[in-house]
Amino acid sequence: MTDVTANGLSDNAADTTKGRRDIGIRKRYASEKRFKAYGVAAISLGIFALVFLLFTVVSKGYTAFWQTEIRVPITFSQDMLGTPEQAAESQTKLLMANYPQLAREGLARLLEIDPEDKAAMTAAGKLVSTGVSVELRDIVMGDLSKIGTTEEVWLYADSELDSAMKGQYDLNVPESRRPISDLQLEYIQRLEAEGYLQQRFNWGLFTHGASSRAETAGVGVAILGSAYMMLIVLVLALPIGVAASIYLEEFAPKNKFTDLIEVNINNLAAVPSIVFGLLGLAVFINWFGLPRSAAVVGGLVLTLMTLPTIIIATRAALRAVPPSIRWAALGLGASKNQTVFQHVLPLAAPGILTGTIIGLAQALGETAPLLLIGMVAFVADYPDTPMDAATALPVQIYMWANEAERAFVERTSGAIMILLGFLALMNITAIFLRRRFEQRW
Amino acid sequence: MSTSTILIIVFVIAAIGAVLGYRRARGFRSEDGKRLHSRPVYHASYVVSWALIPSLLVLAAWLIVSPILIQITVRGDFPDNVLAQSALTEDLAYGMIESLGAGLTVLPDDERAEVSDQTPIAELTPMLQRRGMPVASATADWMVPLALQRNALQSISGIAMTVTVILLAAAGAFWGYRRLALRLRARNQVESVVNVMLIVASSIAILTTVGIIFSMLFETIDFFGRISPMEFFFGTTWEPRFSAAGSGGTEGQFGLIPLLAGTLYIGSVAMLVAVPIGLFAAIYMAEYARNSTRSVVKPLLEILAGIPTIVYGFFALVTVGPFLRDLSSQLSGLVSGDYAPFIQAQSVLTAGLVMGIMLIPFVSSLSDDIITSVPRSLRDGALGLGATRSEMIKQVVLPAALPGIVSALLLTASRAIGETMIVVLAAGVAATITINPFEAMTTITVKIVQQLTGDLEFTSPQTLVAFALGITLFVITLCLNVYALYIVRKYKEQYE
Repeated sequence: MTDVTANGLSDNAADTTKGRRDIGIRKRYASEKRFKAYGVAAISLGIFALVFLLFTVVSKGYTAFWQTEIRVPITFSQDMLGTPEQAAESQTKLLMANYPQLAREGLARLLEIDPEDKAAMTAAGKLVSTGVSVELRDIVMGDLSKIGTTEEVWLYADSELDSAMKGQYDLNVPESRRPISDLQLEYIQRLEAEGYLQQRFNWGLFTHGASSRAETAGVGVAILGSAYMMLIVLVLALPIGVAASIYLEEFAPKNKFTDLIEVNINNLAAVPSIVFGLLGLAVFINWFGLPRSAAVVGGLVLTLMTLPTIIIATRAALRAVPPSIRWAALGLGASKNQTVFQHVLPLAAPGILTGTIIGLAQALGETAPLLLIGMVAFVADYPDTPMDAATALPVQIYMWANEAERAFVERTSGAIMILLGFLALMNITAIFLRRRFEQRW
Repeated sequence: MSTSTILIIVFVIAAIGAVLGYRRARGFRSEDGKRLHSRPVYHASYVVSWALIPSLLVLAAWLIVSPILIQITVRGDFPDNVLAQSALTEDLAYGMIESLGAGLTVLPDDERAEVSDQTPIAELTPMLQRRGMPVASATADWMVPLALQRNALQSISGIAMTVTVILLAAAGAFWGYRRLALRLRARNQVESVVNVMLIVASSIAILTTVGIIFSMLFETIDFFGRISPMEFFFGTTWEPRFSAAGSGGTEGQFGLIPLLAGTLYIGSVAMLVAVPIGLFAAIYMAEYARNSTRSVVKPLLEILAGIPTIVYGFFALVTVGPFLRDLSSQLSGLVSGDYAPFIQAQSVLTAGLVMGIMLIPFVSSLSDDIITSVPRSLRDGALGLGATRSEMIKQVVLPAALPGIVSALLLTASRAIGETMIVVLAAGVAATITINPFEAMTTITVKIVQQLTGDLEFTSPQTLVAFALGITLFVITLCLNVYALYIVRKYKEQYE
């Protein structure tokens, strides 16, 4: 004992005289620092990627919520549309009328262009979207008494003009290399100076359906399709998922069959989503003969995809309810079913709800399986029932992402912002529910 | 009557039964010490079960069986020259009869009355087209009587179904109501019904798997009847529209190898990005970060997992791809003076990089859970022996957590292989084999999407190949998942 101490002391003494024995402490601390720096770098990279991604989407997309419009005095001339009496009798003339001509004439009046000057008329006519025919037709057909009167109407500007107004084109390059001519530029400046040309909030983005013209394309129809699908998922996946979890967690005996179900559910949660699309195509469309592109098929496919998520969340929530609750209920004479349905389930409800919302959010963003069951469709009208052709928000984004036109990039980003907005809302609700109602025992 | 109307009527009957049953049970008076066995609400549920279960089962069976029976009957009356042809022609003919029949139901009553067995199709077509019902040009005269017959059978079946189902619901409710008694063990019986329903619900998971396997298996077998499995699994050319010169076939070439190579290549690039970042992030969060930092950073990284993959695809398509292309063009300009980009906008690198970003949260949160579950005593032991934190992590924690981390990486890899939207938008469609990560390659999932969007013909190998690809994908990911879950289970046991 004393020897050891003495040795230790003498060692120490030797160290102080020769300097400390080098055990590489400096190196080891350096590598410790490096290691920690790698961790910080990794986290920063991850967060940078997130911020960069969101920044790209928002910076490209926020302009989609504004749309350049031109206020044009439109004369619904009787020469073109016929008298209101004729129109009431037969709508053919109203349907076939040359509405862009009305818009052109209105613009010509505004800009004081000689109607005989063909080149100037064409240049002016190209300022407004070709979608005006639908816009103006709906106005006239909605109120026949407007025929013969003049009214100021806000018309969508052409998407090229819209992009130019948003600064997406460099207007300083030579005329031949940009889509807007000098003459048009002069018109635009005059219109803007007099307040006839403005950027207004783009309600159409939320209400319109698919369109080949960027300025009249919107996600309204896609949102309704997604809403149908979410409704189907909620109505089917929630009860089935909760029932399955209750059975597995509370009733199932431990045997091969329940083991198989367990392994199965864990596996299904990791099956690539596109495989569910193949399942939907082969089973729901081919065998059951459900219509292609219908929201009901999409809803069923997403239900099967969401089930594992809901089951896993529900089982966790059920497991978190302390056994004392069950014992108390059973001890007071409740049956097993009464215990589960009247005591355990209500206590697990917040957790189940949170899991369901997160599962729904996943389903809302899912695209791949929907591509296979024909949701890549040009759907311009609102679907009346879930059996009608529909499209979904993420599929609409996919279709727009494939469009070449400049204005569609902005719309795609705008649609992504809407989708992310919905997802954020759902997740915040889930977090709120968890914070507000979760009990810890 | 439409199915939804029948359903509403059945539910109304059940609701009436419930109210009556509840009242009757409330009305029972205790006799000589015997009290009501079950609470009235169970009596009501008992009546409801009797009203709903038999009638709804019959309804479902009827809806499935009756179209099949009608089809068999109508097909039995096909002219002999049609029966002599292939099953496909028969299917087509039946399809035309079906749409003709559907068209006839749209006609107003007075016009429909004029249609008889002898009406030639040439006369019928304009009538239908006026109502906006298209008529296939191959529709023949002999189909008209069959379409009428089909419609007649269908309306008979519809009426019979309505009557049967509603009667059954009423009879069930009545029967259940009659059986109510003071000592009826209603609760026990209702509970066993509930239990059966719970079991049915949990078998849906199994049914889904069975459905996945069988639906793909049948189509795949059909595909392998046309293209030999050898050609599919070992073929090195993917040209679904064109066959190799000299082979004589017109089916095209369906070689899996280029797609598999692309899938694995892009997956590996993604893993190369995701694994170091995810792992280091997880280690830092588990071992170094303060609680306050952790509670901010962890959810932030998990947002990456919540962003839909289509958004990543768009990000790759419009931002990362063009950025890499321009960067490479600047680089080659600096080196050689020639500003030709050596990275294509759609490339393995683009897709892999973006997919890697998507996978970061998977790696980090799975590994985080595993690292934190390593027992504290191991850490304390290492630190007590004088190890620095990083030494403790590298030499004690990571080896202990290794099986779990491997399984996390396997799960991540299976996600990378099955990922669709990023590669559809960012990887390109050219099925080439190359080792240059700056060029475009394609993946199994891209080809599934490509073969199945657009016009579908369920008999052509061009469509069926998607199912063969799908089952390949399913088997690969299944093996990865099962193995990963197996490791996790074993690992859990080790520390519990």
